[in-house]
Amino acid sequence: MSIPEGDEARRTADAVARRSYGKLVAFLAARTRDVAAAEDALAEAFASALVDWPANGCPKNPEGWLLTVARRKLIDSVRRRQTGETASTQLQILAEGLEDAAAQAERDMQIPDKRLALLFACAHPAIEAGIRAPLMLQVVLGLDGETIASAFLVSPAAMRKRLSRAKEKIQQAGIPFSIPEHEELPQRLDTVLDAIYAAFAEGWTDATGTDTIRRNLTGEALFLARLVVELLPQEAEALGLLALMLHAEARRAARRNVAGEYVPLAEQDPASWNSQMIDEAESVLYRASALGTIGRYQLEAALQSAHVHRRRTGHNNWADVVRFYDALAALTDSPVVAINRALAIAELHGPQAAVDAIKAIAADDRLTEYQPYWAARAELLSKTGAYDEAHQAYEMAIGLEREPTVRAFLQKRQAALPR
Amino acid sequence: MQYLLVLHVNEGGWSQLTPEQQQQGTAAYFAYGEALQKAGAFVGSNRLKPSANSTTVRIANGKTQVLDGPYVDSKEQVGGYYLIDVPDLDSAITWASRCPAASHGVVEVRPVWQMR
Repeated sequence: MSIPEGDEARRTADAVARRSYGKLVAFLAARTRDVAAAEDALAEAFASALVDWPANGCPKNPEGWLLTVARRKLIDSVRRRQTGETASTQLQILAEGLEDAAAQAERDMQIPDKRLALLFACAHPAIEAGIRAPLMLQVVLGLDGETIASAFLVSPAAMRKRLSRAKEKIQQAGIPFSIPEHEELPQRLDTVLDAIYAAFAEGWTDATGTDTIRRNLTGEALFLARLVVELLPQEAEALGLLALMLHAEARRAARRNVAGEYVPLAEQDPASWNSQMIDEAESVLYRASALGTIGRYQLEAALQSAHVHRRRTGHNNWADVVRFYDALAALTDSPVVAINRALAIAELHGPQAAVDAIKAIAADDRLTEYQPYWAARAELLSKTGAYDEAHQAYEMAIGLEREPTVRAFLQKRQAALPR
Repeated sequence: MQYLLVLHVNEGGWSQLTPEQQQQGTAAYFAYGEALQKAGAFVGSNRLKPSANSTTVRIANGKTQVLDGPYVDSKEQVGGYYLIDVPDLDSAITWASRCPAASHGVVEVRPVWQMR
């Protein structure tokens, strides 16, 4: 049975989009810095492909085909939009840069990979921090505005507006499409990694894994982290982030029992973790540690690694865990780190020491609406016998939780408190 | 800014729950209200009786027409609301996502027209 040409064309187009979307956008926008125009031209090229390929067969070099068509569309749109001097300068830039490079790209059947430069542009300090992760997901991976809006809990209209404003800023402010120089690199790389981790965290909050948008987001974030590691193999923190995300991802399925109920880390069956991912995480972290520069993501990955080790071997290593958290707390001023550190202290020095530690951060305004703070507080207070306070803290944790299975889990814990 | 979170829920759903589930559901809404209050976002809230208790009134061509039942006849009905005061739409959406109704119905986030 032969496959209908239309299906094959769509499949090829999908595969190219997945593999090369960011590469094509980066290449098309590198000279003009007009990301929105590059995306529009590429969208038109994909649409043409779905008409042309079923009729004439899929080209041997689909990326090259798309690039040629997109480049033509881009030049057309500049001609249409602008007149006079600006247009001729723009056109000259486009003609010189793109045509030579595109011709070469088609000859070599390979498009130069400028995605890393594009990532650095998206996560540039001049771009508002909150929009960096959405921008990367759209520009480098081609996710649509609505998908991104749902994942980040923002209205689609607002997300589209913020994305287009950020793209305009890249062009208008002249944000460079380049990889920062050596001394600047670590700091600039941090913002790239933070944005990738933000995308991962948004995907991670769906514990059920039934929400495909969120689940896909962790996959996309892993894809971006792998990309950075591949293009900057000597950066320890990039490796640290990849290891951290692999460790978390390895436990995704274990967060639910067969009845679909939430299972906290301490009660998960280590046998249900994805050991292949854990092995990869461990070897990536080992590579990072050999590079000899410590950082936030490596420490967090080391913590994950310590948890895995303890659960698998039964060997108690809470002293190490607390030490890692101390180092992390010294690096970041994060209340999240403080909460997790308190939970580790509870294991090492008992719940009262942990309650004291957590009360020291209770004045932080950022925590009023931070669900994990209330859940941790409730857990610790219930262990010290302060049941009334624990009840109140559970009440807050329940009220702030958006995942129904986690909410039910917390309600069960609250109901089990002695009265 | 004030937003009205309108809870659109399947009215038949509640009666199909066991008493324990109903109790757990009520407790979840209670906790949600507590969290809104602690965060200083709460303005007002009410749970509405089933829409079969509704009556609609309209005046057309000088005649008053009174009808039994809800305005829109559909499985999903407004089951309650929360009026909240938060800095912006993003924050209102975050609160909407935490509302228990978001996982068994739909929460509509509607900005309030401020009369001042």
